[in-house]
Amino acid sequence: MEPKQIASRLQRAFSADVEKIREFRGQTTVTIGKRRSREILGHLAAWPEFSFDYLEDLCGMDYLGKKEPRFEVVYHLHSLKHRHTIRIRVPVSEDDCAIDSVVDIWAGADWHERECYDLFGITFVGHPDLRRILMPEDWQGYPLRKDYPVQSDLGEREWPGFTDVVKTAEENSRYEVR
Amino acid sequence: MPNEAKRFKTKELTLNMGPQHPATHGVLRLVLDLDGETVVKCTPHVGYLHRGIEKLAENRTYTAVLPLTDRLDYISNMTNNAGYCLAVERLFGIEAPARAKYIRTIMSEMTRISSHIIWLATHALDLGAMTVFLYSFREREGLLDLFEMTCGARLTVSYPRIGGVRCDVSREFLDGLYAFTEEFPRRIDEYETLIDKNRIWLQRTKGIGVLTAEEAINWGMSGPMLRGSGVSYDVRKDVPYDAYGDVDFDVPVGANGDVYDRYRCRMEELRQSNRIIRQCLDKLPPGPVLADEAPDLDMPFEAAKKQVPDMSLLHASISLVKEYDAVPEGELYSAIEAPKGELGFYLVSDGNTRPFRMRVRAPSFVHVSILPKLCAGHLLADVIANIGTIDVVLGECDR
Repeated sequence: MEPKQIASRLQRAFSADVEKIREFRGQTTVTIGKRRSREILGHLAAWPEFSFDYLEDLCGMDYLGKKEPRFEVVYHLHSLKHRHTIRIRVPVSEDDCAIDSVVDIWAGADWHERECYDLFGITFVGHPDLRRILMPEDWQGYPLRKDYPVQSDLGEREWPGFTDVVKTAEENSRYEVR
Repeated sequence: MPNEAKRFKTKELTLNMGPQHPATHGVLRLVLDLDGETVVKCTPHVGYLHRGIEKLAENRTYTAVLPLTDRLDYISNMTNNAGYCLAVERLFGIEAPARAKYIRTIMSEMTRISSHIIWLATHALDLGAMTVFLYSFREREGLLDLFEMTCGARLTVSYPRIGGVRCDVSREFLDGLYAFTEEFPRRIDEYETLIDKNRIWLQRTKGIGVLTAEEAINWGMSGPMLRGSGVSYDVRKDVPYDAYGDVDFDVPVGANGDVYDRYRCRMEELRQSNRIIRQCLDKLPPGPVLADEAPDLDMPFEAAKKQVPDMSLLHASISLVKEYDAVPEGELYSAIEAPKGELGFYLVSDGNTRPFRMRVRAPSFVHVSILPKLCAGHLLADVIANIGTIDVVLGECDR
């Protein structure tokens, strides 16, 4: 099925939840509301005419100062049966920074959602093991947010982890090794 | 003796494997819960090589992002570059000249061969077949020499450009590559005589790490990980890019979805890659290697404004028109078939010359996520076979 057809079919079925349909360079993006996002994505995977069985990608977006709500979760769906593709966007606001997990639909979403949580701070409700994945466990802040600096904002100060190591090394140097 | 066994309590042992471990192919760390020699639970920890490439890309121009991409999967650098260039070309609406497309296809397939060769060498080495390593590095050396001949670099090549390639290939390169393609099929036979029917190899790989077609699809596997389970999905066939539409090749698929079938798939892919290179060499068209509208290397951070003649005679004859932006506003997902699997670039542009967001869909990241499933309930020794079979490069996994 053509992406356009999928989008219009989707709009007919869920007219209250489909917010926007946009096309660019032959790729179709459907923006849907967060409230029923999991249900709609489940239908996209289950309905035989769509059968989007393959989650190509899942990632976050941050539109700080450009758009409200601020965040968006982007799903790239592909069907290996019909060989068609569609992109689904779900806006997520900063105050209620959570969205339903789709791990039970596509097992491959597991690590993608963890990464999105790690780098954007979007919580996935119902995820079996939501931990940081690329950053260390004790990392503060969410690096891919637009208000997170690219370069360190410490200035002359040292990174706390480094000062800790130096302190420990100095303490240990008091003990003489024979 | 039974009384003796009762007196000793047994409990699960937690074993830390990596991040510094030769069989993890980089800095992968696995926490293994062991019951005797059986793995009860396997928890991968990644991120030791995280350099924030996606964040860095947001603060560089489209042309300056290119050198970051060969640091993703540093073994198959050319395909990363080509994949990124293709994504930007599709976003900008540029078409590379025919010769550049053919050269990129040749380079991509050479990279596929060298990547699969490294995979074969290390995978076999992990499972105890040392000779394959020595044989396969001989061929890899030849390929790297050819890369060096063209662009001066062996690993971080940055050879493809947005809208083509950096420079044309030389006569010596083409002759050298032709000689390589003549010889290479015999070399593949050589590797196969070493391990294909080797009893130890068969015992270590048959029936290990089995993945059914449904599971592989559900977990988002791609490349040989998906094809080994019998699903014929290859981006080169589905959405032909560069010169793949003009060449003839087969997509090998496995049946059982075990380590052995994935090995057979990759070996067959080596032959197909060789075939593609030969066809491209025969058909290589003449002409330029860079499109006229390709963006300049010193692309300004602000989008270029087009100069157009002003229609009103009262004003100066030329004025800057603000509406025209060199970079269109929009979003695009473009995938290519990298040696590891589907490598996707998702670019979101806000009209500026820096990407608003660049997302890299790295096959290795997705493939590592399936390790707990492959390893649970199997022997500790099979963990090594499973890490080898997913063909992981942590630079790409951690980005």
